[in-house]
Amino acid sequence: MNPPGAALPLLSARDLTKRFPGVIANDAVDLDLRGGEVHALLGENGAGKTTLISMLYGLLQPDAGEILLDGVPTRIRDPRHAKELGLGLVAQHFHLARRHTVAENLALGQPGAAFWRPTRELRRRADELARRYGLDVDVDARVAELSPGEQQRVEILKALLQGARLLILDEPTSVLTPQEADALFEVVERMRADGRAVLFISHKLDEVQRVADRITVLRGGRVVGRLQRGEADAAELARLMVGRQVATPQRLGVVPGQEPLLVVQDVWLKGARGVDALRGASFQVRPGEIVGIAGVAGNGQSELAQVLAGLARPSRGAVRLGELDLGSLTPREVRAAGVAYIPEDRRTEGVVGSMSVLENLVLRQVRDPAFARGVLIDWRKAEAFAAKAVERFDIRTPSLRTEARTLSGGNVQKIVLARELSGKPRLVVASHPTYGLDVGSATQTHELLLAQRKRGAAVVVISEDLDELVTLADRVLVLFAGRVVGSLTAAEAGSPEGVQRLGLLMAGSVEA
Amino acid sequence: MSRASLRWVPRLATPAWLLVAVSAGAFLVALLVALGIFAAYGLNPLEAGATIVRRTLMDGRGFGEVVRKSIPLLLAGAGMALALRARFWNIGAEGQILAGAVGASAVALFVPVGWYTIPALYLAGFVAAALYGLVPAYLKARLGVNEIITTLMFNYVAIYTVRWLINGPWRGRSVTGFSYSDRFARETYLPLWEGTRVHLPTLVIGVLLALLITWLLYHTRLGFSIRVMGDGPEAARYAGIKLLPTTLALAALAAGAAGIAGAGEVAGIHHRLIEPTSISMGYGYTAILVALLARRRAWATLITAPLLGWVFAAGDVIKVSLQLPFQITDVIIGVTLLLLVASEPLLSYRPVWHRAREATRAPTPVPEPEEKPS
Repeated sequence: MNPPGAALPLLSARDLTKRFPGVIANDAVDLDLRGGEVHALLGENGAGKTTLISMLYGLLQPDAGEILLDGVPTRIRDPRHAKELGLGLVAQHFHLARRHTVAENLALGQPGAAFWRPTRELRRRADELARRYGLDVDVDARVAELSPGEQQRVEILKALLQGARLLILDEPTSVLTPQEADALFEVVERMRADGRAVLFISHKLDEVQRVADRITVLRGGRVVGRLQRGEADAAELARLMVGRQVATPQRLGVVPGQEPLLVVQDVWLKGARGVDALRGASFQVRPGEIVGIAGVAGNGQSELAQVLAGLARPSRGAVRLGELDLGSLTPREVRAAGVAYIPEDRRTEGVVGSMSVLENLVLRQVRDPAFARGVLIDWRKAEAFAAKAVERFDIRTPSLRTEARTLSGGNVQKIVLARELSGKPRLVVASHPTYGLDVGSATQTHELLLAQRKRGAAVVVISEDLDELVTLADRVLVLFAGRVVGSLTAAEAGSPEGVQRLGLLMAGSVEA
Repeated sequence: MSRASLRWVPRLATPAWLLVAVSAGAFLVALLVALGIFAAYGLNPLEAGATIVRRTLMDGRGFGEVVRKSIPLLLAGAGMALALRARFWNIGAEGQILAGAVGASAVALFVPVGWYTIPALYLAGFVAAALYGLVPAYLKARLGVNEIITTLMFNYVAIYTVRWLINGPWRGRSVTGFSYSDRFARETYLPLWEGTRVHLPTLVIGVLLALLITWLLYHTRLGFSIRVMGDGPEAARYAGIKLLPTTLALAALAAGAAGIAGAGEVAGIHHRLIEPTSISMGYGYTAILVALLARRRAWATLITAPLLGWVFAAGDVIKVSLQLPFQITDVIIGVTLLLLVASEPLLSYRPVWHRAREATRAPTPVPEPEEKPS
């Protein structure tokens, strides 16, 4: 693997293999990470990226293969051991004590921190590192008050303070606005210049091409490609990652109606923590139109979905579907009014994991006359319906009696889609519809949503994935701090200036 | 990495035989512990065990006692299985048994007898307990009050209410020195199985109810709602399942089942309202174990209720024949419960002896893994 004359890799993985019940998550994976190099690990969801870094960081033990640190075979016992060995991980979901200050979080788990006033000595080192790498953050701020981008900087700073020579960034840009992502690339650049190794995990082709010196592509747990910077174009990378050509769904051929079908007017709602999560959100959706809702997580997206699905009653304002006031209806009545809802958390909200595929397919319909015989459920009819749905929506399941929890995310989502879209809805509300899905299932989901648009349904797609919104939506709205702060047409949102503008709107730095 | 090591691997699905094996294993280990206690008392454990088996299973009257003690466990246990199915932690079956006993006693003491007397006793027992069970259910569904606490506390309310009745307003006129009600009229006595204290109609109702609850869960819309509520509370809300009526219905049914047990005890055996701890010797608490051993399946309480009914009957033998404390049954029940809870991880994980570079088989079916957040 080593070209002659190259320095010994800081970390090498040799034949790393990890099996889970029913699947080989990593199959003899080789990887070399060198100081002064940014190495990108590219792969779809489910390709085995998270498994690989979990083994490198001591969270999982490999079933076979070995890890070499500076050429020496090493067993990484656990994350603490990994830190001692100079490895740092910035996970997708941050591990920070939200009520404490940045300085306190930095001191937490710091080997040399003093017992009394642990933050005193740290402050100087933290400032120095922050300046050197451009990690601009206020050490006295409480973590809860920081944006996701700032919290990520705290995590990076924490890893550097603990002496990380190798920094693993797991999907670091998924929580960032485009501008914050640019700032992160700058930080990564400086770490490379400083001789540290960076393992950058992503499924986004453009950013991988931008930051990486080397790219390793994983598919189905195997390494399917190793490339140098500039060796491959986006199409080639996509082909390696997905294993076939990717066709983008087409969004043409429908002229939305003129009269709005869904009118959301000045809606206010308190969120889980008692503060207003929606603060006067207003927008309209016409039949045959897909409206995308963009925004950084936590700006009222979940609450908006809840209001539209009838799960929460707005404290102020109105939600009207045609002549109906959705705000005053129960979830059951909202469904009867023709609202389909694809929930954010498909495994807990979308299905009941311990119930069968059949039962999940009729979860919301058992009360319909079609499946009821008095107080009884007509399971014969339900089964006929389910069998048809499994075929039409291509749900891969051993049988109708299989427990839903044993299916893959894509198939679970197809159960939800089959159930929700079979009733010819007037309004479809989809929350993060392809989050965590493989490309095939995601494409299928997109096609189904586009088919609803073609049918003349009003569709609201809430997502943090801008590419998804640009693919699907006729208009992209930006939700910030509980309000719609901007609106772009599909064409605008697809252009480089549009993305720039979306980013600024998402960060709350411009008003529409 | 050349040493063999024990690993716990997640299971895709829990095989049915394992559920049975774990329940049976927990119970058998508890019985071994009981034998150990006999040995600690200086008895030959095998002889003591043989005495218990002889006096409970191989003796007509002894076997009758096993069945009679299984009846309240079956009724309360089947109801408990229903409640636990909806994750409604009803710890109040003990109080609901007493509420049923009070309801049946009211009919027996104050309603003129007629052809309707025996059905009326059961009905009164069911209704009284159902109403009693509705209060915690309403508090939970409407105000979010924890049902474990309310149902548990309601047991004490029931115990003291019964004591107040038998010492106060319902105290028997013909009774001196003791506190219990007047003896019920002959017409209220439930028919017994010849030579035993097995009140047959209650047994029949119990068996039917266990089957009915199973049928209800799988074939009716109410049962479907109950299962969705228990297994996926978030999904239930969005599926439009109404929390309040569903909770009230299941709590009334579960409590009502326990109430029938109470009616059976007073009308079938004691023929008066007596000291609450004599009406129910902890059947309501043991019903929780009956339902858990049955893995929350109502039909399976047909097996687990007699099992624990036998433990209660064995308690009598332990006390009378072996001259040891009846409370040894509590040890058996406690150890079973403890082991059952402790073996929970075994149901979702599989132990694997692992050697490095060993080939492992890939079981079917093959789901694609989702990215897990680290």
